[in-house]
Amino acid sequence: MRKQSIGKRFLMTYLPLIALLIFILFPFYWTFLTSIKPEAELYGAVTYWPSAVIWDNYKKLFTTTVDFLKAMKNSFIVASITTVVSLTASTLAAYAFSRYRFKGRKFMMALFLSNNMFPTVLLLIPLYSIMRNLKLLYTPWALVLAYTTFTLPFSVWLLNGFFNDLPMSLEEAALVDGCNRRMAFFKIILPILGPSLVATGVYIFMTSWNEYTFAVMFTNNASRTIPVALKSLIGQLGVDWGLLTAGGIITIIPVCIMFFFAQKRLVEGLTAGAVKG
Amino acid sequence: MKKKKFNVYPYLLVAPAMLIIMCVVFIPVVNAIGMSFQSYDLRRPKDIAFIGLANYIEIFQDPLFWQSLWKTILWVVFGVGLQFVFGFILALLLNKSFKGRGLVRAVSLIPWVTPGVLIGLMWRWMYDGNYGVLNDIFRKLHLITDNIPFLSQTSTAFPAVVTTIIWQGIPFFALMILAGLQGIPGELYEAADIDGATGIQKLFRITIPSIKNTIMITALLRVIWVANSVDVIFNMTEGGPAYSTQTLSVYIFNKANTLDMGYASAMAIILALVLCTVAIPYLIFTFKEEDN
Repeated sequence: MRKQSIGKRFLMTYLPLIALLIFILFPFYWTFLTSIKPEAELYGAVTYWPSAVIWDNYKKLFTTTVDFLKAMKNSFIVASITTVVSLTASTLAAYAFSRYRFKGRKFMMALFLSNNMFPTVLLLIPLYSIMRNLKLLYTPWALVLAYTTFTLPFSVWLLNGFFNDLPMSLEEAALVDGCNRRMAFFKIILPILGPSLVATGVYIFMTSWNEYTFAVMFTNNASRTIPVALKSLIGQLGVDWGLLTAGGIITIIPVCIMFFFAQKRLVEGLTAGAVKG
Repeated sequence: MKKKKFNVYPYLLVAPAMLIIMCVVFIPVVNAIGMSFQSYDLRRPKDIAFIGLANYIEIFQDPLFWQSLWKTILWVVFGVGLQFVFGFILALLLNKSFKGRGLVRAVSLIPWVTPGVLIGLMWRWMYDGNYGVLNDIFRKLHLITDNIPFLSQTSTAFPAVVTTIIWQGIPFFALMILAGLQGIPGELYEAADIDGATGIQKLFRITIPSIKNTIMITALLRVIWVANSVDVIFNMTEGGPAYSTQTLSVYIFNKANTLDMGYASAMAIILALVLCTVAIPYLIFTFKEEDN
């Protein structure tokens, strides 16, 4: 391939990349900066570098009336259970879609894909009554059920791609060697797919960790999750931006770390899905 | 053809996922349809009764409904349209090889993992009329002379929330398109190079046709997600000022918050029907893909 001149390369690659990255990352920089600035500096002339770094907002976060630590714990419980439930259900379903041809397969796949089509708010209202009648309202299970449903379509689609990428001959060899299908699945396929399952799990965890609309209706003070707690940091008298941004930074750190490890796999999974349609 | 033995195994495997979807999606949808024909106001539980099409008739006479519908269309067209443009550019850039690509790739996708609430609040702070950083930047660039209260005047609030949703959606488009780009065989480009094709020609003759499917599916998914999204707008403006940022889903959410569930359900059914015009091509498309 021809080598581009340095000037052209700068103009075609680095310049637009830097511009886009500034647009994408500046809000995060600003959020972090706000959280560590002394309070007096927030409400005056705008500064782009803190005169002093203050961690008070982070300490305050865990001592306010809004129990942030509790909210983190709630979010963690909901997101973890959802990840286990949704990952199990979607792995089984994706395996069936990828390895078997059966009557109603297409219809069911369409059903899975279409379940994201319904407006969230449409489900919100009847689910609220259903959860209340089942006495699930304000328990983690209400959110686990809702989030499992949201994450299923995309997870099944991702995993379907991963499964399709796995050569059939691998299992056939195992079957010849006297494994049955179940053994082949647990002994051969699952270990190979491990990293892909982790990537899908990260997607599910992330989505459950971040969701707000359902969380705000299905939780109370004791069971609320982080996004709801964040919102409730906004008091009657206005917004304490230092405190709020500190809460924001704490919220995204865990998912960012997970995402960094999983993103390469996610792109691979999507590639497999994209190629095969 | 020999008749195949009926295999119960795949059905068993699909069953758990199916069961959850049935409980959380299909039963509520049926429920919502029922509610939309009732005066279902939880503040007045004794008055709950079947009222036929009264909710729908009221909605069609509600000027706020029509305004919200129009806002939804603008929100989706500009939001998703520009997400696509920037996401596509970002994906093309991330697909080139340069030093530190792995890190840049991971970092540029962070908005995707950021909660909508936080996005709304972060941007609300940046748009702040007194201490907002955007006002400061615009003043330093001499684009404006006086601070603009972006989110509290009707003329600027809507463009401001649209900008935010664009920012949020770029990474998902980039991620999906990047995945599509990596599936294109390199030989296609080598052949084009030999034929002396220009960059633009390669983009329109090879790149775009090869990832057409990915673009379609991602765009359709995004249209649905963005049309349904509540959290970003709700946490920036709650639909105000003077309903200027109230999309239909925010209107429904606000109505549900006042516990007027019948009216909210009826509006949600209408929104679902509107979205069906997007969903049906999507499903047809997916089926066709399966056949290939």
